[in-house]
Amino acid sequence: MATFSTNEFKGGLKIMLDNDPCSIIENEFVKPGKGQAFNRVRIRNLKTGRVIERTFKSGDTVEGADVVDKEMQYLYSDGEFWHFMVPDTFEQYQADKNAVSDAIKWLKEQDVCTMTLWNDSPLSVTPPNFVELTITETDPGLKGDTSGGGGKPATLESGAVVRVPLFVQIGEVIKVDTRTGEYVSRVKE
Amino acid sequence: MLAAIRRFFEAREVLEVETPLLCRATGTDPQLDFFSSQFNFPPNQQTLFLQTSPEFAMKRLLAAGSGSIYQICKAFRNGEAGRYHNPEFTILEWYRVGYDLRQLMAEVAELLLQLLQPFHAALPTRQISYQQLFLDSTGLDPLIFSVEDYRVYAAANSLPEAVELCGDDHALWLDFIFSHRVQQMMEKDTIYLLHGYPAIQSSLARLNVDDPRISERFEVFINGVELGNGFYELADPVEQEARFDKEIAYRLSHGLPAVGKDDAFLHALNSGLPDCSGVAIGLDRLLIIALGSVSITEVLAFPLTCA
Repeated sequence: MATFSTNEFKGGLKIMLDNDPCSIIENEFVKPGKGQAFNRVRIRNLKTGRVIERTFKSGDTVEGADVVDKEMQYLYSDGEFWHFMVPDTFEQYQADKNAVSDAIKWLKEQDVCTMTLWNDSPLSVTPPNFVELTITETDPGLKGDTSGGGGKPATLESGAVVRVPLFVQIGEVIKVDTRTGEYVSRVKE
Repeated sequence: MLAAIRRFFEAREVLEVETPLLCRATGTDPQLDFFSSQFNFPPNQQTLFLQTSPEFAMKRLLAAGSGSIYQICKAFRNGEAGRYHNPEFTILEWYRVGYDLRQLMAEVAELLLQLLQPFHAALPTRQISYQQLFLDSTGLDPLIFSVEDYRVYAAANSLPEAVELCGDDHALWLDFIFSHRVQQMMEKDTIYLLHGYPAIQSSLARLNVDDPRISERFEVFINGVELGNGFYELADPVEQEARFDKEIAYRLSHGLPAVGKDDAFLHALNSGLPDCSGVAIGLDRLLIIALGSVSITEVLAFPLTCA
């Protein structure tokens, strides 16, 4: 794998740090007029999602991480693993619980999502920013309620629970923002 | 800002000078990387350097009896680009014959207040020694190198990488902790005049006659941004040559680009540099402070990416 000098550091670059793949968020060049130059870097650990700060001596090199994003279709779960497929090559990948984590609650079978691969094995799954899902369970609402009211919990077909306005009913399809977990609107069939 | 600077020095009868940007020799400081270029003048070809600061040339003028002088010019530093760094930047550098460090620090504060006055309410000035500020901010004494204490501090302040990165290099530890913690802990909107830098970071300053652990060097900061650096100038040619030799040896052993001593400068010191203090201020950074900008690219019409 390629190595990168601190001069090549920029947001989005994937490097290895403490044996984990990481993504650079921010890189700052720090240099006292009469002293050593440093690169102060904010880094996200792609395995744990944690953000840390780390300093390198300017000019040092670090190993790159073989991390790529691929669009994949979610196929099914066998209870232990979740199976995904690259639509144009039919390559299949199985991801464990750590990799799918919370993302899976937004996905139903056949949905397309982004899989992050490290050394060709699944590292994490990111659902689309917006998904459209059917409500499978919610309390019946009362006529005349508007979206201004408090709302109620609703369970979606993929398993996620979101707060929806009181007028939304079982069987309706709604649009949800997966980044915040918030209801956006109803979807006309 | 440039007109205000010229008025300031005119009123004080300090002479404006110009010295070459393209020089036959340059500084040997291992922390400063220079640009070099080829002068094609058949049958000879000569390497010339873009100067990293006008210091040597201005000291040659001082040795020749110029009296107090100032200059506004470009300086070039290779390998430096970032939020507060552009490889080509503007320096204001001046020397005061007969001034000691305290007198020069007072003049720096006066100039900064005058230049920032159209943009800011008068900023308070804080004069404090490097040692005291370091102690206040971290509890560590920068003059006593107790690597164990430094390690404990780094581990407790989420800087674990410092242990490996700095090893047992005292100056590197100081640079690391100072730039990562002390600078960030400075009070906002205050002019810091930080004096008594450790002797291991003396650069071209004299050592203190009473305490050889510290040097006659100061730096000025506002909002954690390093604006300038001043010395009670080293005038001893033997000591100067020894420091050159040390830095050249360091460059050689660390695979840095080789550079020779500036003989013309040493010659000038030999003929006698008057007792003087000098300081350089980065004017682009001063503009950052004046305008409240977040990056040097905001105050340059054409930063490196579009130069």
